[in-house]
Amino acid sequence: MVIDTLKCVGCSDCVVACQTENNVPVGYCRDWITEIVDGSYPNVELELKSERCNHCDNAPCVRCCPTGASHTIEGGIVLVTPDECIGCGACIESCPYDARFQHPDGYVDKCTFCHHRLEKGQSPACVSVCPTNCMYFGDLDDPNSEVSELLKNRKYKTLAPEAGTDPHVFYLI
Amino acid sequence: MQEELFISGRNIPNIDPSLQIWHWPISVYLFLGGLAAGILFFSSVITVMGKDREFEGTVKYATLVPPIALSLGLLALVYDLTHPLYTWQLYMTIRLESPMSWGAWVLLVVTPLSFLWVLSYYSDYVKNPSKRIGFVTRLEERVRPYRRQMAYALIPLSVILGVYTGILLSAFNARPLWNNAILGPLFLTSGLSTGAATIILLSKSTAERHLFTRIDLALIVLELGLIIHMIMGMYAGSQVQLEAMHLLVGGEFTLMFFGFVIILGLLVPALIEVMEVFGKKVPAIIPALLVLLGGLIFRFVMVEAGQITRYLY
Repeated sequence: MVIDTLKCVGCSDCVVACQTENNVPVGYCRDWITEIVDGSYPNVELELKSERCNHCDNAPCVRCCPTGASHTIEGGIVLVTPDECIGCGACIESCPYDARFQHPDGYVDKCTFCHHRLEKGQSPACVSVCPTNCMYFGDLDDPNSEVSELLKNRKYKTLAPEAGTDPHVFYLI
Repeated sequence: MQEELFISGRNIPNIDPSLQIWHWPISVYLFLGGLAAGILFFSSVITVMGKDREFEGTVKYATLVPPIALSLGLLALVYDLTHPLYTWQLYMTIRLESPMSWGAWVLLVVTPLSFLWVLSYYSDYVKNPSKRIGFVTRLEERVRPYRRQMAYALIPLSVILGVYTGILLSAFNARPLWNNAILGPLFLTSGLSTGAATIILLSKSTAERHLFTRIDLALIVLELGLIIHMIMGMYAGSQVQLEAMHLLVGGEFTLMFFGFVIILGLLVPALIEVMEVFGKKVPAIIPALLVLLGGLIFRFVMVEAGQITRYLY
């Protein structure tokens, strides 16, 4: 996933879309918006971005999971199988992005990149509703995909790369 | 000036503003697991060396603690799960990369062994033959010849159990305070030290108490060394590790860490034990209780402070 911080206006539409699509319990969220303000008036810079599970290539949550409930599927998406999750919290402790939470039903829940929609050929709910089209979803292994082209031609960053997780949500800056 | 805030109102229970996923049962378990590992290690070593007749307090009476401690510890662990009905899923797979999987399997072996160990001494606890229960005595006769083999198995297993209580935390690279390789040996040493302290409390023989006072003293010195290593390593680390260390040194956990863990839990008992080694008459119960209390508070400090530390981006 690629997110253009220059286009994001922080409207939280992606958050609401996710909560509706995935029936996220009240008080919880699988994605959220952060606002970073740099400097003081009149020299102020503002960065808005939508954050979620980074579906890391070297995912610490998958490594730490004692039952294998957290797993990476083909294509690199990290998922949790509720019936295998014991709710020990190891994956929550291991995530540098605090992207996981304990669902009121007990198991651990997080962003799935709307895996159920991808199977039908649709894009994730957050991407599909974004009013400024600041989010892009695609195949990074395909050098001609829209996301690959964007990363080739734009400056980008990932979150906490020093944690060594190789995150796969890229922010254009 | 830089300021970061969530504008979509992220306020997830137990996660915002700082993680509180692991509560007191985890700290209590880490303490009880280390304690059990310590006692089992010492009693196994003594049995393998063939000195079990000289150190009855260790092999016979202190070993009553591990089955109780491990059972309570396991209950505490399950109590802290949020999806506990699926606990059996731990035993449907072996995941070598996950410390918790290691721990679950080791506990599955060590806990029954600790019960069998106590069972093998049944007739020593119930001295009057008419009061013994028939089938327990028959079981005891089955188990007793294998005590030495159990001891051989328990030496590596108890070390793994003791190290695991530390590795469990250090495997999380997202929590800078925990993410250092010394936590495994540190928790093992602390576990052995609390085990030795329990033996001192329960032993009736002066020679045995003296030996374990010396062992405990050595372990305390080692533990202090490891703690200094941990602090030095953090200070030479990255920004997130520096911030993590500031919680313990000059931050909100300083009193707990230096006051209760280092001074009351390590330095004071070490001083009393030195006096004892030099022949001063001091009640052995004081340093032993201080070591146990220090070990427990150490686990609480590490578990709670660790969850506050994180990467900032």
